[in-house]
This record gives sequence, structure tokens and C-alpha cells, in this order.
Amino acid sequence: METVNITIDGRKLQVPGNYTVLEAAKQANIAIPTLCFLKDINEIGACRMCVVEIQGARSLQAACVYPVSEGLVINTQTPAVRESRKVTLELILSNHDRKCLTCVRSNNCELQKLAEELNISDVRFEGETYRLPVDHLSPSVVRDPNKCILCRRCISMCKNIQKVGVIDTSQRGFKTIVSSAFNQSLAEVPCINCGQCITVCPVGALREKDDTDRVWEALANPELHVVVQTAPAVRVALGEEFGLPIGSRVTSQMVAALKRLGFSKVFDTDTAADLTIMEEGTELLERLKNGGKLPLITSCSPGWIKYCEHNYPEFLDNLSSCKSPHEMFGAVLKSYYAQKQGIDPDKIFVVSIMPCTAKKFEAKRPELAATGRPDVDVVLTTRELARMIREAGIDFTGLPEGHFDDPMGEATGAGVIFGATGGVMEAALRTVAEILEGKPVDNIEYTAVRGTEGIKEAVVEAGGIKIKAAVAHGTGNAKKLLERIKAGEAEYHFVEIMACPGGCVTGGGQPIQPSKVRSWVDLRKERAKAIYEEDRNMPIRKSHENPKVKMLYEEYFEKPGSHRAHELLHTHYTQRENYPEAR
Amino acid sequence: MSVAGECCCGNVDTREQKLTEIIEKYKNTKGALIPVLHEAQELYGYLPLKVQKKISEGLDVPLAEIYGVVTFYTQFSLNAKGKYKIQVCLGTACYVKGSSKVLDKLREKLGINVGECTEDGLFSLDACRCVGACGLAPVMMINDDVYGRLTVDDVEGIIEKYRNK
Repeated sequence: METVNITIDGRKLQVPGNYTVLEAAKQANIAIPTLCFLKDINEIGACRMCVVEIQGARSLQAACVYPVSEGLVINTQTPAVRESRKVTLELILSNHDRKCLTCVRSNNCELQKLAEELNISDVRFEGETYRLPVDHLSPSVVRDPNKCILCRRCISMCKNIQKVGVIDTSQRGFKTIVSSAFNQSLAEVPCINCGQCITVCPVGALREKDDTDRVWEALANPELHVVVQTAPAVRVALGEEFGLPIGSRVTSQMVAALKRLGFSKVFDTDTAADLTIMEEGTELLERLKNGGKLPLITSCSPGWIKYCEHNYPEFLDNLSSCKSPHEMFGAVLKSYYAQKQGIDPDKIFVVSIMPCTAKKFEAKRPELAATGRPDVDVVLTTRELARMIREAGIDFTGLPEGHFDDPMGEATGAGVIFGATGGVMEAALRTVAEILEGKPVDNIEYTAVRGTEGIKEAVVEAGGIKIKAAVAHGTGNAKKLLERIKAGEAEYHFVEIMACPGGCVTGGGQPIQPSKVRSWVDLRKERAKAIYEEDRNMPIRKSHENPKVKMLYEEYFEKPGSHRAHELLHTHYTQRENYPEAR
Repeated sequence: MSVAGECCCGNVDTREQKLTEIIEKYKNTKGALIPVLHEAQELYGYLPLKVQKKISEGLDVPLAEIYGVVTFYTQFSLNAKGKYKIQVCLGTACYVKGSSKVLDKLREKLGINVGECTEDGLFSLDACRCVGACGLAPVMMINDDVYGRLTVDDVEGIIEKYRNK
């Protein structure tokens, strides 16, 4: 890329010719305030917070969309610029439901931060405001239009990245709102509950359905045996909620905090991930051998499952019948574990800490109740767990070491990498390749399926069989991949799909980083790095070598794919009609 | 009023087939949505959920986006229109001459809001921009009839006239 010479605030700079003024300023370490901007996701120059003076231009220009050119002279801090930004911000604030004290995003709100940075001490405008009903009917996502500032980041994420498109702007002028078609609740439209809209919302207009009260209540009930399990992606992101750098691994503190909160047992969902690999690996081998429906597509991501049920019913038979790992664990806890520990399964209360909002919907699926009661009682996101830890006054970073509990307290590196895109595929390949080879395989790092590329492909040869694999993350990429398969342009044996871009590490329930950070740091890479570190540090890195999983099969399930395994660990899917009221 | 797709008279509703043809006609052109919405509204008189959903599937445009476009432009309607379409001009001249009071009276008299239709399907009420009869301000139109120099007291009589037609 050719460079151009520009001047910002009197400083001469050389920057790539494809930069925007905002990117050039970033390179020069000059801060320009932004609000609607989120790199690669929402670059529309709508909010006018980033206005700057461009020499020769008739009016102030939005830095986030203004391209640099040779000789451009930019001023980012003139009185006109400052006044314009302040007035714009005050106008946004004048129609904002300013209940900051009780807002879920207090202290992590980009609007609040901006008001502080621009030194807004008073909102001079008192005009008409609108107050609309809050949509809290979805089990996963709550929308409060009164806090919405119409930045459109959620729309862009939902429509352009995820290709779900259940929210958009409606009405016009002052009455403009973000809404679903015909103002329906998110519970009524083909929303997949991925929660990516929440992670890009700069304010508190989108949040997860808070279920912490139900957990506090259970913990206080002496009749109940309250156990908790944590997904792999939680441990590489929870630290961010307590000021630790992105990509910090806090497994030990997380376990210790959960014990302090009063959970009777703290389990690792990774153990169930290993169990999933045994079941899914067996399913793959069987389909390969017996001419079953291929490609086999993974079923761990409930956002992806709902997307498939709504939009690609023709692929439902391709989905693995395996429940997602935490649901498997729930079923095991209320059967095998209850029996082994002599606890009435009705008294076992299973809480799952997940990086995911779609798991809240998943836990409520009537078919996920293997023992006649829900496999999992409550799903909390990483953010909700952080809230509970803060509420309990636990000094998170100062906690002593904590260890997962037995009898299922062991997991492998294969279980850990489930948290990143490509991880389920890699974990499965580690086991399937060995089964096909009939002997241990040395190279277990399948790097071709790692990384942030939207669609990844790999061919793995083992035992004389070539397995063609593909990985897609983000339902937008999944759509592309499925269309290719449908058109006969590509053929695979095994496909991994995760609903969220980056996989679970950047799931809809993970800590929210502001645009200021997220636009310039790839969260997917940083958190995944921590996941793969965790994997490398594990003594056992293949699911089939997990002694606890072996024990489960010996004592209870007999073998993968057994009758009992099917009863407890597998499920089925149903086609879902989009907008059924239109009939 | 019949709802899209179902008809009370027992005859086959041919509109669905026509809508498919409209979608097919524009399908592969850029910016197809607005012309399709125009022709669909001509066909049905309004743009209910069922029609928008069919357009959404046909053009592969999210329903939420279509709803956004329909609610942005005042010329598109989400509600069925009445046998008598009342349009009250809120253009500058009419507005200054008190047309909003006429509109308020109509809302009260008919028991509906702007954009809605009475339950018996007789009247629908809309606000519009200049109809080119500023000399007669304030003005309203009922289908093709123009009523000028209106006062609030005229409203009742005019409505009754149509009711008894």
C-alpha cells in the first residue's frame, strides 16, 4: 500500500493511503472520540462524535469514514470541533434513559465514559422523550429501547455479520427505533439468541436475561445440592471483569470464587466435552463406515442449532445427535452422579457458567430433560458470574488456588480447546485419528483448523481414510459454507459450526470490551491464545485418555453410543417456522 | 375486509400468484425492494405481515429491514384502507388554518388513529402533505372528493353523509 503525507494537529505523518482519518490519528496516538464506530462491523459515520476539521472542507467531517489523501491537513481539537461534539452528545443524552446508577453497564458504558471524557456537567436540552416497553420475553436477550442511542452496531452485527437480520431501524425521524419486524418480541422472531448484539452495544440497551437471583435463591436453600460447571471459554475471559489483561487465564481463581459463593461442587464442563468427543467421534466413524448422512455437523453451539432449525431444516439430519457438553453433564449429574453419591436427583440443582446467552434458551428446551427434569437448571453468563462475585465482595485476584471437584474433576486439553473456533474439530480429530490408526498419533496439533479465518478446511489422513473437514464460525460464514455444500461445490465428512465469530471465547455472554479496545485488539485471537496455552499445559490432551471419562463408560455407559448413552447424552432437532403468525 | 390470502366470497384469491410474479419480475435487479413494495401495495391496498414475509423470502431481504422501509415512508401502509379513504392535509397552509384540529375531530369521531381503519372497514384516516388546493385550506379528501374551508363542526355531517351512502 502506498503511503500519503498528512498533517494532524500540526504533526506531520506518513500513513497508508487506505487509512481513514481515525486510523491515522490512532497511529499518531491522537484520541478522537467515537460512539457508533466499531471497526469492521459498523463504520457508518452516523453519530457525529468523531467530527474533525479538514482544511478546505466546508463542514466538519466524520473521522471514522473520511479517507486520508496526500497533503490532507486535519485538526482534531478546535473550538468548533469541541463544541459540535459536546452539543451532539448532549442531544443524545437528552433522550437517553439516564438511570446510570442501576444500569447493567454502569462503569462499562461507552456513553457514560464519553460524557465524562468530554466533561459534560449538565444536559442543556430538555425536550420530548420517548418511553417504550422493555422486551424481556426472550430467555436470553433483553432489549430496552429507552437506552438505545441508535448507533446501529447491533443491527450490523445481526444482519451483516451473523446474517440473522431480526432487528433493524423502523419509523423515521425522532420516532426512529431499533425493532424487530412489526415490533415483535425477540422471543417471537427467528432470533438465534447468540447475544452478539449485546457484546457490541455501547450502552445498556441490550443485555442478557439476568438469572443470578435464581442461583442465589438455590444457594440459600439447605434442601438443595447446588453444583456448578464452567465452560472452557469462561476461564480465559472472566479476569477481564476484574481488570486483568485480555487473555489472562484465571481457572484457579474462578474455581476458588465458585467455592466461596457456596456451590457444593465445582465441575469442569471440559470433562463433558471429552464425553462429547467420545460420542460424536463414534457417531462420525459409524456414519463413515455405514454410509450415514454426511457431512456430520457439530451440535455444541445452541445459537447455531437454532439458526439451522430456522433456516436450513434440510441439514437437520446432518447434525450430530450429541447434546452440547454442559447438557450432557447435567444429565450425568442427575443420573450417574446422583446414584453414586446417593442424592435424590430432584434435590440436585445444576448451574452452568457459560460464555453464551443461547445456552439460556437451550436449557429450557423440553427435550433436554433426560431424567424427566431439566438437565440444567440455570445458565449464567461469564458476566453474570462476575456480578455474583462482586456482589459477594470476593477479592477475585487475591484468591488462593482452587481445584475442580471429583468424581469427575479431570479434563483434557481436548476439552479445553472447545472454547475456540476449530477446537471441537481438533479435539475430535485427536481421538478419531487414533482410533482409525489403531495406535497413538504423535502430532496432535491440527493448526489448519485454528485461527480466525471465516471458513477453514483440512484433510486428515488416518488408517488409510481421508477425512475432509471444514470449520465455520459466525452464522454468516456458516451460511456461506452450507450454500456451497448445497450447491455441490464442496464436499466434507465432518463440519464444525459455532454461531459466534471466533467461537465461544467471543460468545455473547463474555465480558464486553468497548469499541476503543475491540476495534484495535482482536479479542478472538487473544482469548484463543490463552485457550491453546491451557491445552499445552494439560498433562492429558486427548479425550479418550481422560481417566474420568473411561470410568464413566466402565461404570455406567458401557460404551460410546450405547443405549443408555443415547437416552442421556443424545437429543433431536425440529424445524422452526420463521414468523409463523404470517400464515 | 379480507386479509391477504383469504377471501370471504369463496372465490380464489389470485393476488398471491400476482405477488409471486411481481417478485420474480424484480428479483435480480438492484434496489428491487421499493418497486416491489409499491406494486404489492397496489395489489393488496396495504402491506400486512404475510405480504412482507413473502417479499422477504422472495428477495432474500430480512423482514425487519423491509418493515423498516415500510414504516419509514408514509406512502406505505401497514393497515388496510377503508371503503372511504380520508386524507387530511397537514401541509403548511392547511396546518396554519387549523387542519390538525379537523384531524383530531375525525380521530375522535371515528375512534381510530392516523394510519388506522374503522372496524366496519368503512373509513380509514391518514394525514397527507399538500394536495394542491391551498386556496381552500384547510382541506381534506375522501376518496376523490375534496372538502375545503373546513371547520371542526363540518366533520360530523360529512362523515354521516358517507355512512348513509
